[in-house]
Amino acid sequence: MPASPRSPGIVAGRLDAAALAERFSDISPKLDAHEALVAADRCYFCHDAPCMEACPTSIDIPLFIRQIATGTPEAAARTILDQNILGGMCARVCPTETLCEEVCVRETAEGKPVEIGRLQRYATDTLMDAGVHPFSRAEATGKRLAVVGAGPAGLSCAHRLAMHGHDVVVFDAREKPGGLNEFGIASYKSVDGFAQREIDWLLQIGGIEIHGGQTLGDAITLDGLMAEFDAVFLGMGLAGVNSLGVEGDDRGNVTDAVDFIADLRQTEDLTGLPVGRHVVVIGGGMTAIDAAVQSRLLGAESVTLVYRRSQERMAASVWEQDLATSKGVTIIHNAMPLRVIGNGAVREMEFEYTRDGAGGLEPTGETFRLPADQVFRAIGQKLEGAPDGLTLEGGKIAVTGAGRTSLAMVWAGGDCASGGDDLTVTAVAEGRDAAEDIHAKLMEA
Amino acid sequence: MADLRTEFVGVKSPNPFWLASAPPTDKEYNVRRAFEAGWGGVVWKTLGLDPHVVNVNGPRYGAVWGADRRLLGLNNIELITDRPLETNLREIKAVKRDWPDRAMIVSLMVPCDEESWKFILPLVEETGADAVELNFGCPHGMSERGMGSAVGQVPEYIEMVTRWCKANTRMPVFVKLTPNITDIRHPARAAKAGGADAVSLINTINSITSVNLDLFAPEPTIDGKGSHGGYCGPAVKPIALNMVGEIARDPETAGLPISGIGGITTWRDAAEFIALGAGSVQVCTAAMTYGFKVVQEMISGLNQWMDDKGHADMDAICGRAVPNISDWQYLNLNYVAKAKINQDLCISCGRCFAACEDTSHQAIAMNPGRVFEVKDDECVACNLCVNVCPVEGCITMEPMTPGETDPRTGKVVEKDYANWTTHPNNPMAKAAE
Ligand SMILES: Cc1cc2nc3c(=O)[nH]c(=O)nc-3n(C[C@H](O)[C@H](O)[C@H](O)COP(=O)(O)OP(=O)(O)OC[C@H]3O[C@@H](n4cnc5c(N)ncnc54)[C@H](O)[C@@H]3O)c2cc1C
Ligand SMILES: Cc1cc2nc3c(=O)[nH]c(=O)nc-3n(C[C@H](O)[C@H](O)[C@H](O)COP(=O)(O)O)c2cc1C
Ligand code: SF4
Repeated sequence: MPASPRSPGIVAGRLDAAALAERFSDISPKLDAHEALVAADRCYFCHDAPCMEACPTSIDIPLFIRQIATGTPEAAARTILDQNILGGMCARVCPTETLCEEVCVRETAEGKPVEIGRLQRYATDTLMDAGVHPFSRAEATGKRLAVVGAGPAGLSCAHRLAMHGHDVVVFDAREKPGGLNEFGIASYKSVDGFAQREIDWLLQIGGIEIHGGQTLGDAITLDGLMAEFDAVFLGMGLAGVNSLGVEGDDRGNVTDAVDFIADLRQTEDLTGLPVGRHVVVIGGGMTAIDAAVQSRLLGAESVTLVYRRSQERMAASVWEQDLATSKGVTIIHNAMPLRVIGNGAVREMEFEYTRDGAGGLEPTGETFRLPADQVFRAIGQKLEGAPDGLTLEGGKIAVTGAGRTSLAMVWAGGDCASGGDDLTVTAVAEGRDAAEDIHAKLMEA
Repeated sequence: MADLRTEFVGVKSPNPFWLASAPPTDKEYNVRRAFEAGWGGVVWKTLGLDPHVVNVNGPRYGAVWGADRRLLGLNNIELITDRPLETNLREIKAVKRDWPDRAMIVSLMVPCDEESWKFILPLVEETGADAVELNFGCPHGMSERGMGSAVGQVPEYIEMVTRWCKANTRMPVFVKLTPNITDIRHPARAAKAGGADAVSLINTINSITSVNLDLFAPEPTIDGKGSHGGYCGPAVKPIALNMVGEIARDPETAGLPISGIGGITTWRDAAEFIALGAGSVQVCTAAMTYGFKVVQEMISGLNQWMDDKGHADMDAICGRAVPNISDWQYLNLNYVAKAKINQDLCISCGRCFAACEDTSHQAIAMNPGRVFEVKDDECVACNLCVNVCPVEGCITMEPMTPGETDPRTGKVVEKDYANWTTHPNNPMAKAAE
């Protein structure tokens, strides 16, 4: 008998290939030309537009939408990519409901913003589908730069540096570049290998070499890079994961949500990817939501996301929460894990309700248990393998201005650096700004 | 990248987009920011003699909106600059000094006597401006004082004043025409006869935008009364395009440089003016509506279109559509087309049916299941169904092939060109040669 959502334990193939293909398809496909015109027509071309202010990369949104409205999406793409070289990925993954679209005047007026993210995708896809890379390199400067991490921060930095005429070598611990674009983002946000297509497109600028399988602190060292290159940019993200710190955390089938997601992103045939019948996810951010939703999509019978604080405190946006519940995920707020129960592998999980007390979060004494074949930890990532000699701040590499670290000629940006939200678009902005700062510094000499 | 550089009667600018003489060009603060935003040139807000004019202190503008309050037409009762002459001249000089690559044209309007023009022209020349534009177009307020369109409506005056100016300055002289006349060719010919180096058109069109139905007064209303204003913005573009085309193809004025104005809002509008013979374009309402930044879309759009089509520079497009403007009588009456509805694209709204049924041709059938089909034996190929259909490309006009029989007339479609001048129904038909 083939597996079904009700098959006990952790098994593969709960749903057939056709059902999985349908469930993991593009959540918000590219607008067609007419839809784009209608959507673009709603933009008021605001002066000093609030959306532009809200975008971490400060894309000139009214201008690009007007360029779409007047039939020139390629020019619109150029406007976007000038500010944000990963504008294609950002159009797919930005939580626009808490960024540009949140402040759109039509959101204020009608509760229905201009669809900025989708219009951005329409423009960038149009240009990329035509195979056009609209940037070229300035005259060679003879300078060589090292970038650690081929995630959005590193790629954005590398592209801007290459554009200014520098030669860039990007080192990444993984064999495949992209960082969380490739290994983290929910599948239905980035279908058909978009992350790799975008990287191939980005590399058309020239002057960028990517070296995979090179871990800082192992194959390469910061001292070595500083000796060999004119400057170094660190965009290594957050490779470590926080543990639950409760009894039974080490039981079988209690794993990190990011690993599950990375496996899922790299699995060609999803019918071969096992998932529990009863899945419990601990956490309140995007990673928790993505792990929960994708477990449901794979065919888990029940998926419960448990967050220790109230709903208002969840890092995942209301849009993300609604997405999860619409896919059948149950969200429990104000409950913290007490222990993992099971003989070897997890069988149940026990929680205790919480409330906000005078001294912060406090337990109420009421407990409950959830059946669990599989538990995912999604309570935050942390910096791992930061080279010695760098000042840290709040567990991240301390930076001032455009990503300057405590070491001369070493910059950092993206998730691994202090300040800013942990978002793709923020990583792109920080990589770009660091590149400009590095360029200015190198050229002043 | 296409080469957008423009040379218009010796006046150079990095692109053909100039701001028209109007409030956006009224002062240094504005013009500097306009240049920073990318405008290729400006025509400074019209200067007059001191004491400077005063404006009303109530509303100056009225508007017509489309769906979603998109501004389609703007009406104004503003006069020429209401700042002292000396202030404007000083600012013009300062801006031109700092932006030598941009076109700086100064619009002028002084009383209809040679002394006044003799007085002001050297003052403008001293600023280093590239050219002057004579404002014979303003249709409200100033015209009551014998200036603006009061001059522009009398070809003899146009010729006379233009001649005075040519005699009293070495700067190129552009004449800005009013559309408030019956035949634009006459004022254009007069300008040419007076020695004008170029014409600019159109200025605004006499208009009342709306009537307040509580006050029973025209809007904008000032203390219960309203005055006609000048209409501009997207709504006037078709009128302006026709006037530009008329001057471009009139044998008496053909070749006279034209600066096209009127409703230019996007790169496409500008390209159309240029195709009809405009060597530069001027924009007012779009900048007043959206701010100086619109020029960036105009530049990128024009560039993209020219690159896509392989047009290298302005010369490659300027005037290309002029030979294809024809009198009605020379249109080919042997060209026969039929409307065709693409059933795969049709959304069954029925708008084509209502339009055709009630506009006298009754050539669209409404079949069971809301399937709409053209009756070829009734269709006169008027194009109305195409114009009202909400789905672009759903209804197309398909030309018939010579040799086929038109089911409406029962006649075979002929392959040779034949027009009204030789048609048997024309009482004045000439025998075909
Ligand atoms: C599951 C999940 C879902 C998310 N969904 C969204 C979303 O929908 N929208 C959104 O805006 N953001 C989302 N985020 C956040 C977003 O992915 C990150 O903020 C962003 O990727 C940070 O970019 P980065 O370049 O700083 O780091 P990363 O993308 O993490 O890239 C870091 C790179 O450095 C490499 N590296 C790490 N350590 C070393 C080392 N020692 N030596 C060499 N290389 C090293 C890694 O292999 C990796 O390639 C999500 C995050 C997760 C975990
Ligand atoms: C408020 C306002 C003031 C104007 N003032 C002048 C002027 O002083 N001199 C002039 O030549 N034209 C003036 N015009 C006309 C414009 O220069 C231009 O010819 C006209 O608005 C058509 O262009 P548009 O459709 O791009 O606005 C004015 C127009 C407006 C709206
Ligand atoms: S990058 Fe993200 S935040 Fe910025 S405009 Fe695009 S979708 Fe909005």
